[in-house]
Amino acid sequence: MLIRPKSPKPAEQRRVTDLRLGETGTICCLKDPEMALKLLEMGCIPGTQVRLNSRAPLGCPITLVLGDDDYTLSLRVSEAATIFLKD
Amino acid sequence: MAGGEITIDRTASAASAAALEAVAAHLPRNPKGLTRIALVGNPNSGKSSLFNQLTGLNQKVGNFPGVTVDRKTGVSQLTPQHRAEIIDLPGTYSLYPKSLDEKVITDLLYDRTSEQYPDFVVVTADASNLRRNLLLFTQLADLGLPAVLALNMMDVAEQHGVHIDVAQLQQELGVPIIPMNARKGIGVAALKIVIAQTLDAPSVSFYTPSDEMLPMIRQIRYYFNLHNDYLALHYAHQFRHISFLSADDRAYIQELTEQYDFQPTPRQAQETIDRYARINEILLNTVAVTRTERNEPYSNRLDRVLTHKVWGYLIFFGVLFMLFQAVFAWASYPMELIDEGVAWINKLIQTNFHGPLINLLTEGVLAGLGGVLIFIPQIALLFAFIAVLEETGYMARVTFMMDRIMRKFGLNGKSVVPLISGVACAVPAIMSARTIENWKDRIITIFVTPLMSCSARIPVYTVLIALVVPDQKVLGFFNLQGIALMGLYLLGFFAAIFSALALKILLRRKERSYFIMEFPVYRWPRWKNVGITIIEKVKTFVFQAGKVIVAISVILWVLASYGPGNALEQAEAQVRATATQQHLTPEETDNRIASEKLENSYAGLFGRTLEPAIRPLGFDWKVGIALITSFAAREVFVGTISTIYSVGQDADMRTVQQKLAAEKDDQGQPFFTPARAFSLLVFYVFAMQCMSTLAVVYRETKGWKWPILQLLYMTGLAYVASLTVYQLMK
Repeated sequence: MLIRPKSPKPAEQRRVTDLRLGETGTICCLKDPEMALKLLEMGCIPGTQVRLNSRAPLGCPITLVLGDDDYTLSLRVSEAATIFLKD
Repeated sequence: MAGGEITIDRTASAASAAALEAVAAHLPRNPKGLTRIALVGNPNSGKSSLFNQLTGLNQKVGNFPGVTVDRKTGVSQLTPQHRAEIIDLPGTYSLYPKSLDEKVITDLLYDRTSEQYPDFVVVTADASNLRRNLLLFTQLADLGLPAVLALNMMDVAEQHGVHIDVAQLQQELGVPIIPMNARKGIGVAALKIVIAQTLDAPSVSFYTPSDEMLPMIRQIRYYFNLHNDYLALHYAHQFRHISFLSADDRAYIQELTEQYDFQPTPRQAQETIDRYARINEILLNTVAVTRTERNEPYSNRLDRVLTHKVWGYLIFFGVLFMLFQAVFAWASYPMELIDEGVAWINKLIQTNFHGPLINLLTEGVLAGLGGVLIFIPQIALLFAFIAVLEETGYMARVTFMMDRIMRKFGLNGKSVVPLISGVACAVPAIMSARTIENWKDRIITIFVTPLMSCSARIPVYTVLIALVVPDQKVLGFFNLQGIALMGLYLLGFFAAIFSALALKILLRRKERSYFIMEFPVYRWPRWKNVGITIIEKVKTFVFQAGKVIVAISVILWVLASYGPGNALEQAEAQVRATATQQHLTPEETDNRIASEKLENSYAGLFGRTLEPAIRPLGFDWKVGIALITSFAAREVFVGTISTIYSVGQDADMRTVQQKLAAEKDDQGQPFFTPARAFSLLVFYVFAMQCMSTLAVVYRETKGWKWPILQLLYMTGLAYVASLTVYQLMK
């Protein structure tokens, strides 16, 4: 279910996990409803800029920097994969 | 805001206006006449620092009813005449609880009729991250709770180029705002003055439920006689988890939500988005950000080393090494002092007074008390380390690096610390599992931690290994005894992680596991917080686990000192009768008496009763007694064995070893064959033989279910493993 439905392009829509290290994207929507509640509370609001900041040595979890608040989140790849990006 | 005098004489002013409902809401509910203030805020918003600043050492840790959350309260002297009780609530990002811990907050804030209901709340917010922090604030304000906003970390915000127009923000939010820096104590005095006043409910509303929900909300509101719509909406969202609602109440709300086709998840998401939109408007008017051309944050540069795939782990192992040094080596000096101190007091009492009650006091109560106090240095040091690691933000990095590995075994990045600390002592280790928010991960961690070989097993390991493993080198430099010792540690470690794996499959639980957390920037630790953490942990251990330990010590003492009828007197008389014939020295006679007495005591009786059960493992009744007394603490094994084999109490280990080697079985062969010794070693690796651990698990899980399961599981595992070892090696 979409929290903020927007022309669905299921096949090729990028996720936060598709970002390269240091690359920035804009959050479009959150795909897992329950996860979305948590992510929203922690500041992952659609329209916010997000940067893939680092990966743990074994590839998971990852850290994201949100907006221009210099606020860093650490989350598992499976959790981050529910965050989709605008084109 | 009303003036100060009115508040000081609160009861009188309230009595004169008792008819007014609005004033009645401000009546101090606490019978002692203290104002009740709840401290709420996001994690990492400086809430604990503020709590420590307000209350100092005037803190009490209790329990919230029914959940495994500590209820921290403290008394703060606001003005010379006015004291307030402060409740420190768990950190949360919103009023929609995601974990069991957070439910405590809603349970407290929903029920206006409760005796615990706060007069108002102090909301802490990180000024450098205001948008996310204000989400919780707006929810609290909409519940109609009188609130003060403590705008913390103003210095960090300034450094980031964030300028907040506090006066304007105060107007927009409709509550008093105190800019502060809780780490340094700046603004605490101003906050105290403000919270000593009577506060009105906030005048500004931040979110209005949409019209389509109103019919349902109003029905709930009038049915439960609630004071506002937003609270009624929360009832609709969370009726299943509100502990004070009856089954009928819940059924009523459920019916309504179905009737109006209320979809909680999208509603809640929409509310959050709407709130952020509103907060953005407010921030636009009140916050100016001057983007300074900044270098890359130092935290990021540090992280490149500290979470590096090689250096990161190496540094982590370095930190672990230090931790071990601290808990093993540094703690041993104060531990010896405590040991000697207790022994000295014991001797003092024993030389001056006599009688069975004195024995109970010295050998039962004081010995048990010594068993409690002896752990204090280890607990204090371990928690000093952990507190520093947490305060600096390094712990978040450890969790980050280890999560992937630990998750495979049903554990969590945060399980690393308890498991590793378990090698020193399971008691503080289990207490440190509290940082794991997820219930299932935490229970699994607590459950498997005692399988890690703790320091109390070392005396047992060394005595028995020295007995049956030859002291020789293999491949030129590996000491065989050292390899055996390492093997025992590895055995415990693998038992722990595979038990975790099994539990992961067995335990099914709906509570969803989130790893997502804020990644804090590196900071210098606040030593005051570290100190308070240490004191609090030690107090918790001494007063909560300590009670159980002393009680069991007393029971064990009674079992070892008394026997059925006059069996003990007869045993003593018999030894004395034969002593002169065998030309025993007085010391040897005493040892013989102690040994015979133990054999004829209730403990000895249990040992004999136990014998059929442990015979397949290769043990006899004497080992049985040692197994029973080991339950007080594993290291008691050596003392018991030396008493049973009538070695003097102050004998060093070599003589214990000689006695063990000299012990013969029925056929006159050495009793402790490699098969028997390894069987016993394996038993000590797995068995739950530590009442302190059980007591602390009881306290941490708030019930007997888990300690009992742990006792059965570990002892069962020990039995099967010992049986296998003995039967294969025999």
